[in-house]
Amino acid sequence: MADNVKPRVRVPRQASAGETITIKTLISHPMESGQRKDSDGNVIPRSIINRFVVDFNGENVIDFALDPAISTNPFFEFESVVPESGTFTFTWYDDDGSVYTDEKEIAVS
Amino acid sequence: MTRKAFVMPMLTVAAAMAAAPALADETADLVVNGEIEMVTRTAAPAHVDGLNEVISGWVFRSDETQDLQTDDFDNPGMIFVDQARDDFETAMGTEGQSCADCHESPEELAGVRATYPKWDEERGLVQTVEMQVNECVTERMGAEPLKYDGGDMTNMVALISSVSRGMPVDVAIEGPAQSVWEQGRDLYYTRTGQLELSCASCHEDNYGNMIRADHLSQGHINGFPAYRLKNAKLNSVHARFKGCVRDTRAETYAPGSEEFVALELYLASRGNGLSVEGPSVRN
Repeated sequence: MADNVKPRVRVPRQASAGETITIKTLISHPMESGQRKDSDGNVIPRSIINRFVVDFNGENVIDFALDPAISTNPFFEFESVVPESGTFTFTWYDDDGSVYTDEKEIAVS
Repeated sequence: MTRKAFVMPMLTVAAAMAAAPALADETADLVVNGEIEMVTRTAAPAHVDGLNEVISGWVFRSDETQDLQTDDFDNPGMIFVDQARDDFETAMGTEGQSCADCHESPEELAGVRATYPKWDEERGLVQTVEMQVNECVTERMGAEPLKYDGGDMTNMVALISSVSRGMPVDVAIEGPAQSVWEQGRDLYYTRTGQLELSCASCHEDNYGNMIRADHLSQGHINGFPAYRLKNAKLNSVHARFKGCVRDTRAETYAPGSEEFVALELYLASRGNGLSVEGPSVRN
């Protein structure tokens, strides 16, 4: 498992119904591409986050496919419409099978 | 935020960037998280002969790079600060103590970064933050010292720096530290390497000019440890010194050496009055 993997997410605490909000996410991860070699000439095995999914109250918001050219500590910023109060769930899938999750509540008035 | 917002269609931006290097908006103000107001330009301290105004390296960076430093979520250097925050709580060494056992929280160390390097009366030498950390690690915690410019050390220094952000750099150069400061000044003005460049050749005589594709800054160290986009990690002051001296095609001093400590004291004093920015974002 990659070391020091830590997801972080920023979602506004509240919004008005139907408002478009900006969500920022960042996960610390080495994103080893599998193209590099170590000092002995051996290939360093690929180890990346390959998929990132965001759901809101069970409904999919966005689904990213990540490839080896994405640099270390992938950062995503995107917008979402929030119709009602609820919970955003964020899920990152690692090559090694690890799954990292985070959740954020938002109150809609 | 008083930064100017440019609204341009993307294609225009791309075309403009291809035509000329993206130069910084040199009139922008740096405010971090909407609350920490940074001094990025101020009158030069009296002991600096070659400059009228001292300018933070942030001013010389492109708009995009500048923006990354205005919010902790966007600042990739804060990832490493978070890692150091975990280390701060972790017991290590034979004494089974963590940093937090004495210092409670990193916030208690606010102000430290602004006054270092600093004369240590007990040891009779000038101590950097790194040396101070290793003093705790070896003497109080009974652990192996951290590598001077290694990742764990640089992250810890960034944590200590982050709680001092916005405070003016104010290192003391008189009294017992003066001879070390003079040694640092001499190093600053000594030309080294096959290219025969001193620090001053670039950072005093030519700041604001381009050195190939790079926009030369005044080389202040108030933003260190600095997250560099080129290597995606925090870089310590001494690692940067090493890079600069190497670029003059000279044999470099070692990180943590007496020479680099002297140079760090001198350089820090040149930036007296600028805000502590570390961890900053640079290219």
